[in-house]
Amino acid sequence: MTRVLPPRRTFADREDLLGAVMLGPALAYVILLVGVPFAFAIVLGFSNATAGSLSFGWAGLDNYVAILGDPIFLRALRNSVVVTVGSQVLVVVLATAAAQVFRATFRGKRFARFVLLLPWAVPVSLAAIAWTWIFDSTFSVINWTLKAAGLLHGWLYWLGDPALALFAIIIVQAWRIFPFATVIVLAGLSSIPQEIVEAAIVDGAGFWRRLFRVELPLLLPVVAVAVLFGVVYTATDLGVVYILTGGGPANTTHVLPTLAFQRGILGADLGQGAAIAVFLLPFLIVVAIGMLRLAHRTEVGGAR
Amino acid sequence: MAGIEIRSLRKYFGDLHAVDGVDLSIRDGEFLVLLGSSGSGKTTLLRMIAGLERPTSGEIHIGDQRVDGDVPPRARGIAMVFQSYALYPHRTVFQNIAFPLEASRTPRKQIEEKVRWAAEMFSISRYLDRYPRQLSGGERQRVALCRALVRDPKVFLLDEPLANLDAKLRNTARDDLKRFQRQIQTTTVYVTHDQVEAMGLGDRIVVMEHGKVRQIGTPQEVYEDPVDTFVATFVGQPPMNLLDTGDPSLPPRTLTGFRPEHFLPKSVFGAAEELRTFRFAVRRVEYLGSDRYVYGSVAGSGAPTSDATIIAKLPATIALAIPEGETHEFAVPRRALRYFDPETGLRRKG
Repeated sequence: MTRVLPPRRTFADREDLLGAVMLGPALAYVILLVGVPFAFAIVLGFSNATAGSLSFGWAGLDNYVAILGDPIFLRALRNSVVVTVGSQVLVVVLATAAAQVFRATFRGKRFARFVLLLPWAVPVSLAAIAWTWIFDSTFSVINWTLKAAGLLHGWLYWLGDPALALFAIIIVQAWRIFPFATVIVLAGLSSIPQEIVEAAIVDGAGFWRRLFRVELPLLLPVVAVAVLFGVVYTATDLGVVYILTGGGPANTTHVLPTLAFQRGILGADLGQGAAIAVFLLPFLIVVAIGMLRLAHRTEVGGAR
Repeated sequence: MAGIEIRSLRKYFGDLHAVDGVDLSIRDGEFLVLLGSSGSGKTTLLRMIAGLERPTSGEIHIGDQRVDGDVPPRARGIAMVFQSYALYPHRTVFQNIAFPLEASRTPRKQIEEKVRWAAEMFSISRYLDRYPRQLSGGERQRVALCRALVRDPKVFLLDEPLANLDAKLRNTARDDLKRFQRQIQTTTVYVTHDQVEAMGLGDRIVVMEHGKVRQIGTPQEVYEDPVDTFVATFVGQPPMNLLDTGDPSLPPRTLTGFRPEHFLPKSVFGAAEELRTFRFAVRRVEYLGSDRYVYGSVAGSGAPTSDATIIAKLPATIALAIPEGETHEFAVPRRALRYFDPETGLRRKG
């Protein structure tokens, strides 16, 4: 042991300085690329700014009054809620079931897990294009399959009928989030102590009682986190709806991001676009706080 | 109420023979302790009785029902307490105790009565509305016992239930447990690696090693008449002293064993006692309050193992000064000597 340690505190010992220096780049990144545009969007929502002009006038609440009186906006708002809630309900059910399957050991599990994660890794636009084919008015594989099976007698215009189109969007959004949620639930499952599960077995609880009375309640904090991510991903997603339906037919399947894009960018009304885009923010914040509270409460009420 | 019959039970995990041919007959109402170090197969044996582990071969009978094979845990009439207590963290104490009753679809009113009765028995009634995390280790352990009790099981299976308690609490918990078992007289199988627990609780002790039963007997039998050197050194703290004395009156190559508390200064024995004396070279004396442990070696016996550490345990009632570094006359009463075969480790009569 000949190496002599420096007698005085070096830079690496100064945790206060070191922390600030290491945090700096991340902070700058978030402020410049997220914070500034975000604040700008809020400001734009109260302005009459348009694309192609440098004029910037204060419009007060005009943009918000305008969109609240606009049936297309109200429809888009409703669609956003329906798609988000619908897809997340589907995701929670499917992810819980899939996690049970993936907990078992079976041949080809690694391959199955790889396949499971694919939808998550595929770029949204690419996946959405594949789905347009699945839902195509002429070539829809769903229709042809149902027909061949003798289950369908008429014809389903998946993306041509407003209700069916919304359903199709829900399916694609659920498909997109499902792998992520499954992985999270799997991690949650493996964090439940084996002895608790065995205690439930010895106590005489069957599969369903164990699932609903022991495992799911213990998974609640984890599921809440998965849903929170899912809600944010889905409510803010532009690509799926834009590629599948473009908001059509007749503006019936718009969600807030697509409508904001159409009004603000394509329609050049930056003020109104921003107002639409920002509209959902308070609701998302409320949802996020609620979810985190729930997760925290069950954790505190639960943890060992 | 039921006894348990186990016949040539085996459990292999690949090449590992966790339980390797165990025959055991547990009497109705008996408190049986499975004692062994970790990896001895005691927990695996318990888990097979519970139905959490499927035997590779062999039979398990609980009462007159054969349960190895496809009888699930809930149909075996057992209740189990785990080392971690395995309480449901999201349920209150009441809901924890009620869980097995809910699972058996007991009417709500009856659940209420039973839970209160059990909570009363373990004096945890005032905690019924709390969550497990709000309880101390000892309280949690009693909740786990309550949860096991309300099922009216034929058999209690306890997996090191006192291991997570601190030493002080363990004594009272042990006493509570034994009194409780005497009161309800339910057959109990108790797994532990702690020989003090085993001696204090068991009507009989099963000493296990490498998946096999080494000895079954009352605490007294296991302590005083160990069947082999393993049991002799595993049970007892400090363990039995073993040495080859090279005594010409014994068959060649015989290990002589004696308990540390029988190995005392020669002067404390009465004249009537038949003694085997040793020259004891004392290396170190450890003062423990109620006892003194004296470490050293037996000199002059000429045998190859004579440099092994021998321990004497002197009760505080012997005030004799034992200076370190000197050689003293120590002795063991002949009736306290046990003889073993050094090859097989088995007991030799003589």
